[in-house]
Formats: sequence, C-alpha cells, structure tokens
Amino acid sequence: MSPRLSALTAFRVLRQLRADHRTVALLLVVPSVLVGLLAWMYSGTTTFAVVGPALLGIFPFVVMFLVTSVATLRERTGGTLERLLTTPLAKADVMLGYALAFALVAVVQAVVTVAFAVVVCGLQVAGPVWLLVVVAVAEAVLGCALGLLASAFATSEFQAVQFMPAVVLPQVLLCGLLIPRDGLPTVLRRISDVLPLSYAVDATTALTRSASGTGDAGRDLLVILGFVVVALALGSLTLRRRTA
Amino acid sequence: MTTDDDRPGAGPAAIVVSGLHVVRGGRDVLPDLTLSVPAGQVVGLLGPSGSGKSTLLRAVVGVQVVAGGTVTVLGQPAGSPGLRRRVGYVTQAGSVYDDLTVRDNVRYFAGLLAAGRGHRDVVAAADRVIGAVDLTDHADVLAGALSGGERSRVSLACALVGDPEVLVLDEPTVGLDPVLRRDLWALFAGLARDGRTLLVSSHVMDEATRCDRLLLLREGRLLADTTPGQLLADTGAADADQAFLRLVDGAGV
Repeated sequence: MSPRLSALTAFRVLRQLRADHRTVALLLVVPSVLVGLLAWMYSGTTTFAVVGPALLGIFPFVVMFLVTSVATLRERTGGTLERLLTTPLAKADVMLGYALAFALVAVVQAVVTVAFAVVVCGLQVAGPVWLLVVVAVAEAVLGCALGLLASAFATSEFQAVQFMPAVVLPQVLLCGLLIPRDGLPTVLRRISDVLPLSYAVDATTALTRSASGTGDAGRDLLVILGFVVVALALGSLTLRRRTA
Repeated sequence: MTTDDDRPGAGPAAIVVSGLHVVRGGRDVLPDLTLSVPAGQVVGLLGPSGSGKSTLLRAVVGVQVVAGGTVTVLGQPAGSPGLRRRVGYVTQAGSVYDDLTVRDNVRYFAGLLAAGRGHRDVVAAADRVIGAVDLTDHADVLAGALSGGERSRVSLACALVGDPEVLVLDEPTVGLDPVLRRDLWALFAGLARDGRTLLVSSHVMDEATRCDRLLLLREGRLLADTTPGQLLADTGAADADQAFLRLVDGAGV
C-alpha cells in the first residue's frame, strides 16, 4: 500500500468523472432538488424539520453507493482492474483511491446540499452546521465503501443496480426516517442497531435538535467511520489478483 | 535466416513454463505445457482462437489461477511483487479508460510504474511513448472516441511507459492497417534489440515472419517451437499458414 499510488488513483478517478459533465451535474444538483421538494411538500408543517436532516445523510449514501458500484464494476468487466493488479498498485490502493475520490466529490455535494437546505429551505440547525456537512460526507464515503464491496458480488450492471434495493432500501426503511427507531418492534430495532445508516440519521437528528447533541453526533460519526473501514477492508479482500 | 542466435536456448531464458496445467470453465485449456522464451527476442505465440494463447499469457503475468506446474519469469515465480515493474502486459481487450484522454491514460500508468521518479519524468516518459505508438496528434482525445486500432495502441503505450524488461502482448496488431502493423513490428524488433523480451500472441499466421522465434499452439498443446525459417524448411510450405496446416495434419490431431 502506498499513499502516492492511492492518491494517483483518486486523481485518475476524478479525471474520469470530470469528462462526464452530466454525472457531475446530477451528483451536485439532485440532492438539493429533492431537499427543496420535501421542504415544499411539508411547507406549513413541522415535518421538514424532522425528515430534512435525515435526508441530508441518506441522499449522499444512496447516490455514492450506486455510482461507486457501477464504476468499479466497469473497472472489473473492462479488464482495467486485471491490468492494474499486474502493476505495483496494491489492492488497498484501488479501494482507497476510489474512496478518496468520491469523498472529495461528497464534500462538494454536502456543502451544496446543506447550504441549500439551511439557506433556501430554512432548515433549523441547533448544532454546528459544519458538523452536519461532515456527517453527510461520512455517509457518502460509507455509500462508496459499501458500493465497492457490493460490486464484488455483481457480475453485470443489472445486478449492481439491484443491490441498491437489496442493500440500501432496508437501511432507509429502518434508519428512523419513517418512524423513530425507538418505535420499531424489538427485533427490527436490534437490526437497525447494526445498520450503518441508522447512525447517520441519529447524528443528523442530534445535531439539528439541540446544540448539546454535538457529542452524540461525534460518537455516531465514529461508528460510521468504523463501518467504512470494515467495508473497505472486506472490499480489498474480495479483489483477487488471480482469477479463473 | 538461420544464425546462431536462432538456436533454442541461445542466451538465458526470460520465461520458463514447466508442466503448466490450467482449467477454465471445467475444461483443460492447457493440459500440460512446457516451453521457454529466450531473453532479448521477439517470440510469436501463434495459434487459432481458442488454442489457449491468452490463458498462457495470463499465467505469465500472474493473473491466471493455475491448477499445476510452474511459470518463472526473470527467475521469479510469475506474478511476484518484484516482477510488477519489470513485466508489461497488454490485454486483448485493450484495457484503457475510455473516459480519459490518451495522455491521461498513459500518465496514470506512468505514475503507477515509476519508482520514485518525479512528475516531470513521468510526463516526459508519457509523451515519449505516445510518440512511439504514433498517437501524438490524438494525445488530448478521449480513448473511447478512438478507433479500435488506435485504442489498442493506447493500451500498448500504457505498458511501454514503464519500460518493462518483459512485454507480454495479447494480439496487439488486431484491427490495424498494414502500415501500422509494419511499424509496430519494427517497434517490437527495436525493443528486442535493446535487450527486451517480447512474447506476442497473434492468430494471424503471416505475422510469424516478423518474429525471431515461434511457438505454435493448438488446443493447449505446443505444436512447434522453432524459427520462421526453420518452420518453412521443415514443412516445405510456402507460407506460415500452410506450414501450420501441415503441422496439424502431420500431428494427426
């Protein structure tokens, strides 16, 4: 593993992305549009104050999961991954390269989306706004890490896309967005305790509710980072230099 | 053209394959293959499609799961970490990034393969090999917008930029016009003169005459390990295509 080669790979992924203006536009604009739509739907009620922050963590997670799983699947099926693994590039460098590149994209995406939610949609944030951005970035990186892992189990783009409902939707249903996790049946609540997206919603909720929620949000962030590290490590293990 | 250099075993072997057994999809693609590739030569790996050429090349670069036997490259087991800078590999599919320009593709691989060289060296090395494969005019074009032949030359440039001692090329001349094919074979010959070893696969038999040595493969078995001149002399054939057919008939396969 080499920081130079990881950075080189991240730089290459970003260059690839730069050639694709439409994807960049979709990555940066769609979350804001959806947040705006929700604020409009719930205008005049207090619901947006509850679901708005949660969505700030969920959108980057879903989007990055999809983008990464398709991008790495292309790398596998296009033969470039096999080629990379004949060079000094370590398997972890491939994983870190992708995670770094999409983390950078996620920073821009999170800044745009949070700014839009706070400034345009009037979302109230009791805690520090920058921490909300950090949570959104952590969620994006988590989506990226799980996408890298999921792509190892997909042999076609069709399968990769199907991992979204299989891996992502259950987390969205159980993360506390639809009903607070405390209100879930015990078994489902236990399951939601081990799903990473739950911690993102916990963190954003803690941050927006009260200024004293910063500590809780920090603890949730650590849990999310733990999931990221585990997913990236498992993803590295699924890469094989030798294939049949 | 039979000189002393054409004898098998002249000089040390760069690649030694011994008893290689590879199973793919439940089929013995290479049942029991033994051969060696002398250093500093252009060695053609010829055979019809499905004869196991790509599988052998994959085993040489260490990305193929093997069921038995050994592959040694430059004295080390194929795929060893120590070989990753010394062996260049160009896949059949021309594995490059379609959404990067020619220059960015080559610079990325230059960066990966450069051991502690500075950015300036990487850039210079990339420009040099882009020139060597005659793509300087297309350096800022996305690889995906190129023709098949141009794209495979980008792939070649990505391997050349690491200045490897051993180059493993899987059908690098497919889809190229005769002029480009001639230029590429001249480039390969030049690399061999500088002491590089090239193992080049092709299913086009008339490319046999461009090689220093030939390995003829059919159904995973070595049909001949010879020189172009010797092949024609032994079979009494007028060209490599005919020689191959006579070998197949003679082998009674």
